[in-house]
Amino acid sequence: MAKKEYAFYPGCSSQLKASASNYLTSVNSMCKTLDVKLTEIPDWNCCGASIGYAEGGELPRIAINARNFALAETHLPGQDIVATCAACWLGARESKDRLDENSVLMKETNEALAAAGLHYKAEVKVRHMVEVLIEDFGYDELKKPVKKPLEGVKFAGYVGCQTNRPFGIAGESFENPKYLDKMVETLGGEPVESYDQKVTCCGGALAFSEPDKSQKQIRDIVESAYDHGAEMIVTPCPLCQANVEVYQSEINKKQGTKFNMPVLYYSQLMSVAYGGSMKDAGLDGQLIRATRLEEIAKK
Amino acid sequence: MSAHNSQAVERYRNDFLREVEERVEEGQWVKMCMQCGVCAGSCPFGPHWQHSPQKLFMMIRAGKRQEVLSSDSMWMCTSCYNCVVRCPRQLPITHIMHGLASYAHRLGLAPKSQPTREFATMFWNNLAKKGRVNELKLTLALYFKDGLVSGIKTALGMQSIGLGMVKAKRLNPMEILGGHGLKDLKGFHAIIAKAREIEDKKKGLVS
Repeated sequence: MAKKEYAFYPGCSSQLKASASNYLTSVNSMCKTLDVKLTEIPDWNCCGASIGYAEGGELPRIAINARNFALAETHLPGQDIVATCAACWLGARESKDRLDENSVLMKETNEALAAAGLHYKAEVKVRHMVEVLIEDFGYDELKKPVKKPLEGVKFAGYVGCQTNRPFGIAGESFENPKYLDKMVETLGGEPVESYDQKVTCCGGALAFSEPDKSQKQIRDIVESAYDHGAEMIVTPCPLCQANVEVYQSEINKKQGTKFNMPVLYYSQLMSVAYGGSMKDAGLDGQLIRATRLEEIAKK
Repeated sequence: MSAHNSQAVERYRNDFLREVEERVEEGQWVKMCMQCGVCAGSCPFGPHWQHSPQKLFMMIRAGKRQEVLSSDSMWMCTSCYNCVVRCPRQLPITHIMHGLASYAHRLGLAPKSQPTREFATMFWNNLAKKGRVNELKLTLALYFKDGLVSGIKTALGMQSIGLGMVKAKRLNPMEILGGHGLKDLKGFHAIIAKAREIEDKKKGLVS
């Protein structure tokens, strides 16, 4: 039996051939080493993300999140829901908090769920994978399986917004969270602690609707990583990852910069440090190749 | 003027604050704002807001209904929650901005071709269709929102990124044929329909 089991909420972007499919690949590899069993919530649906607000309204958004909770309670009783995507975690956690605090909302939500024969009992806990790693394992435990320390590689820990605010990771500050730096250190890498854009917004969904305004944010995030001597950026959020990696070529084209900064997930670093191959770590999913990590993976 | 809007004007007369408190998500918090301006200074898109959240809150209290609901400002919210964690009164500012935008959208008062309004609508409709986001269709819908010619231009401009994503197995051209979806789609749609019905009734948005 696996050491720890969770009801897994991968989210839309982690699905096969979706924009963060390599995140899922590396999470699976990391969890195998840590003996964690993730069971997908059967037939889970989208959380609505933040940007769903305009058309979604309040109750429909909360109700679709509650559908996932009800499915988890029914099929995976007693297991915490774990999300890997920042937006999924936030959307779910926010919905859960509001339901738990407001009995009217709870009644209305269950009335909506009843239309599909479901019921939310408010038993489930909603957590982010990073919380699981830090709280259920801890840095010392995470260090034990390290086979290939990421020696000499400098990482800028880009935490972004939604894994950090409004909930964040217990014990961390909103302005200067340190857990990514600590994780990098745990894996034998070198955290760039002076990186000053770690909680800057990448534009989020507005990278699509307001590209110029968002690309200004992304430029700051990448430029500061270069200025502080980082070789790679590491993040816990799939939208941060995609925005900051994908638009570098656009910014180069428009603004004459020469950005070529790899942007990785914490789980990819862990997979490599735990002895995973390039493929296990999803490094073949990078648009900007993380050459130095590939070299470590091949060692 | 939409029927919902005329009905709201009739019902609330000059009491816009009460209208916001009753109909806008987390609107009951608006009166708590003490006008310190930390939200305005904390917003990543701050320079692009004609009216910062602080100003919007004051305008609501001053009964500037038309100016608030037709404002472009709250559509600048990136949902970064910086204002929320810094607000000394702990107002859920992000949600109030979403709530105002969504209410303005519902009444037909939001700026028509506001790009985030358009994208947000496409996003919800995309996920509501099959229960999960179809990233390919969402991207294409965005590129082609202003017609075929500008769509082809945008798509060609983004071609190298798109092909890179396909090569990295992070975008699936076959998603055009359907893509990921729920087994119990009927149940999912029923939940959304019921939730909308309850919310509309509660907020008096029934025509």
